[in-house]
Amino acid sequence: MEPRIGVYICHCGSNIAGTVAVEEVAQFASGLDSVVVARDYKYMCSDPGQNLIKDDIKELGLNRVVVASCSPRMHEPTFRRACEDAGLNAYLFEMANIREHCSWVTEDKQAATEKAKALVSAAVRRIYYQEPLETREVPVNSNVLVLGGGIAGIQAALEIADSEHQVYLVERDSSIGGHMAQFDKTFPTLDCSACILTPKMTTVGQHQYIQLMTYSELEEVSGYVGNFQAKIRMKAKYVDQEKCTGCGRCQELCPISVPSEFDQGLGKRKAIYIPFPYAVPNKAVIDAESCSHLKGLKEGKDVCRLCEKGIEKKGIAGCEAGAIDFSQEDKIVEVEIGSIIIATGFQQFDPSVIYEYGYGHYDNVLTGLQFERLSNASGPTSGEILLTDGRTPESVAIIHCVGSRDQNYHEYCSRVCCMYSLKYSHLIREKIPNAQIYQLYIDLRCFGKGYEEFYNRLQKEGVNFVRGRAAEVTGVAETPEEKGKLVVLCEDTLISRQRRIPVDMVILSCGLEPRADAGEVARLVKISQSADGFFLEKHPKLDPVATATDGVFVTGCCQGPKDIPDTVAQASAAAARVLAMISKGKVEVEAITSVIDEKLCSGCKICKDLCPYGAISFDEEKKVCSVNEALCKGCGTCVAACPSGAITGRHFTTQQLLAEVEGVLV
Amino acid sequence: MKYYTYFPGCSASHGGAKAYDLSARAVAKAPDVDLIELDDWNCCGSTPYTAVDELASLCSSGRNLALAEKRGFDMVTPCSACYVILNRTNSSLKEYPELKAKVDEALAAGGLEYRGTVKVRHLLDVFVNDVGYDEITSKVQNSLTGLKVAPYYGCQIVRPGPGFDHPEFPQSLDRLVESLGAEAIPFPLKARCCGGSLIISEEDIALGLINKLLDSASSNGAECIATVCPLCQTNLDAYQSRVNKKFKTSFNLPVLFFTQLMGVAFGIESQALGLEKCIVSAEKVLAGCLNR
Repeated sequence: MEPRIGVYICHCGSNIAGTVAVEEVAQFASGLDSVVVARDYKYMCSDPGQNLIKDDIKELGLNRVVVASCSPRMHEPTFRRACEDAGLNAYLFEMANIREHCSWVTEDKQAATEKAKALVSAAVRRIYYQEPLETREVPVNSNVLVLGGGIAGIQAALEIADSEHQVYLVERDSSIGGHMAQFDKTFPTLDCSACILTPKMTTVGQHQYIQLMTYSELEEVSGYVGNFQAKIRMKAKYVDQEKCTGCGRCQELCPISVPSEFDQGLGKRKAIYIPFPYAVPNKAVIDAESCSHLKGLKEGKDVCRLCEKGIEKKGIAGCEAGAIDFSQEDKIVEVEIGSIIIATGFQQFDPSVIYEYGYGHYDNVLTGLQFERLSNASGPTSGEILLTDGRTPESVAIIHCVGSRDQNYHEYCSRVCCMYSLKYSHLIREKIPNAQIYQLYIDLRCFGKGYEEFYNRLQKEGVNFVRGRAAEVTGVAETPEEKGKLVVLCEDTLISRQRRIPVDMVILSCGLEPRADAGEVARLVKISQSADGFFLEKHPKLDPVATATDGVFVTGCCQGPKDIPDTVAQASAAAARVLAMISKGKVEVEAITSVIDEKLCSGCKICKDLCPYGAISFDEEKKVCSVNEALCKGCGTCVAACPSGAITGRHFTTQQLLAEVEGVLV
Repeated sequence: MKYYTYFPGCSASHGGAKAYDLSARAVAKAPDVDLIELDDWNCCGSTPYTAVDELASLCSSGRNLALAEKRGFDMVTPCSACYVILNRTNSSLKEYPELKAKVDEALAAGGLEYRGTVKVRHLLDVFVNDVGYDEITSKVQNSLTGLKVAPYYGCQIVRPGPGFDHPEFPQSLDRLVESLGAEAIPFPLKARCCGGSLIISEEDIALGLINKLLDSASSNGAECIATVCPLCQTNLDAYQSRVNKKFKTSFNLPVLFFTQLMGVAFGIESQALGLEKCIVSAEKVLAGCLNR
């Protein structure tokens, strides 16, 4: 059928028409080959704009449509739908971007108009060769994998499980809870963090639709949206989780003490341990790297086993439930799921690289998380704020922006440190009423609901706010008053003076950074990271939980620093997206795929190794490769790589692309 | 054998830091480091001169670099000030073509040209990174076991970074001192200013800075201080008595060049290391290790 093309030039109010002479472009388009009609209109995306296209398709018998307006990322779906409504295949529509690529970036009106003409000409030439394609639908498996058991993963898992869909919640540590379980109070409401978290944790532990996989890691993901397969390594816990009652007797018997990760190294735990009193599941695990029996086994020795056997001489029994099982091995579990939510969280910036702040060199220089544990009733000091020598500090300095807003470390703002620093001031004031408290800040960013009010409250509580980035924390005293103290050096920019502030304790408000192995997770599920290392969402404003890989969603601090309310909101949003997919029951898969011409294929398999989606397989009988269209994303890597030119990218054929280039050039 | 163009600088060759030059040459022999003195070298350009006439200072510095370029080896200096000035000349000539044109003109008048290829290094860098700690340990005859040393880097070899060590928390001299068998004590002020040439114009300020350094070193248990810079050595050693008088302190801390400590450990006789030139005598603290 001879192409009959309609061209529509959008004014986009003054966004395009302010720079591009739209009537002139329409006039130009009407003279191009096969163009039946060319019009310009104020807002093509509006209903009347779309009706213009629909009416022309019906009345003028158009079989190709070009709209010259904004980026296809904005309105390609709108216009494709309009075409389909009028009975035209969506792939016989083409968009020319004369806004982002032209009017917004070109000041000279004449040059902008010429460029708009070239882009329209390219689209017209290209669409001449475009062919109808059919999108396909595949069913969606309603099982969901949630990776990470912090507040983000917990929230997402509960939302989905409450609608009676199966969730696999995979957590690396032996308990869920994440960072929120370590916190003392939460800002600005001063709720006890554990008190508001534990109900959710226990619900997860007991939920009939949640299979909790703690002490486990994701190893491999294959498949595609709606139909993923995941391999999960469940690390050996050496304690039969069915039998363990969580009584804690084993912890008392174990002779091996190591620094507690949960208490940030301030306290100790045993080699067999339950990480904290409100852990879920509340069962012991054995840390194979510390356990003397497991280490001994490797050398063929049979030592210790006190947790199992007890101390016979003293008549103390070992594990009464008989749960200790040193023969356990890692297990690989395979699950089938339709979507994946990544909620792997953050890690705290390690301040020891900022030597000037003395972390690791001086006692009583703490990180934020260490202070959370110190102030927490379940922490190593039962919530008493104490110096390493057991004294109560009379003065505390809290240094903001450690590792954040600093081009040497992380340029971004970590968003939570201002507020948690204010919270620390309050906790110190509450427990040590006479303490001198200093906040050394650059700017105070109290942006959330009730945050500014909290800041005002702290000012009334007599906290000293010093505007200036701390330069150094030193133990070198210059005056008798400074002897035995930590001295914080800074420029107080409110009074334009250099200051030396002697204190007993320094808290470094460390920023949030991507986990060290975020890159590996990104590779596993084929999503991208932004320059700062956090997982990249599909659109920073309009699609903040989806990713470039369909069916994979991100939520919480793995996507960027955020506080608990934002994390919970984002987790619910990710769950809603997943539930929408499940509720629809099917997903459309891309019609733009590669196709291999078997006659030309030499069976070299170059394409198979290059395909980032594992969509190409090799037929051993025919000795040729073929593309699984359900997996293919139409990226075109194989098309470019094929030495025989046997692969065609649908909707991006050589003919179409050359015609487009010619259109720009003539 | 490793070859270097050696630029002793005025302090070490003719000034108060003669012991530095002596000991540097003496200890270089053991690990096969050949320090070939640059013929006809002149002033490095020096900090005060830079402040008065930048272009003249750059020309003076550039002449040394041009002479060194003909020889092709890395240019190594024991003096922290020379190290900074020569490096700064290198980067200024690269960064500011208009300055380079003027310097080129001056060099051409003397029949010289400079293409910008000379790498300027500090003697500590060479010992630590080219020779290496293991090699240094293998040359030790009298281990300095038990000697508590405050490793003092001063400001100029670490800042402005990035140089061969961390600008706030340098470690190379610590490790070198340890490779001689001695103990490097924690010294929080190890990269702080000694007062520099302020000792001449603003003596009170400089004495205050020196006092802090001596106080920090001695309160951390140092028996001596190891330096990498002629001016640091002069300020801490020659002005120690004046600090004692002004601040009513009683410091008696020998201030040694790191090369002198290496020499003692290598078993080189004290005359060849210029140990007798120390104003605060090191005889007592080194008594156990000296080859007589």
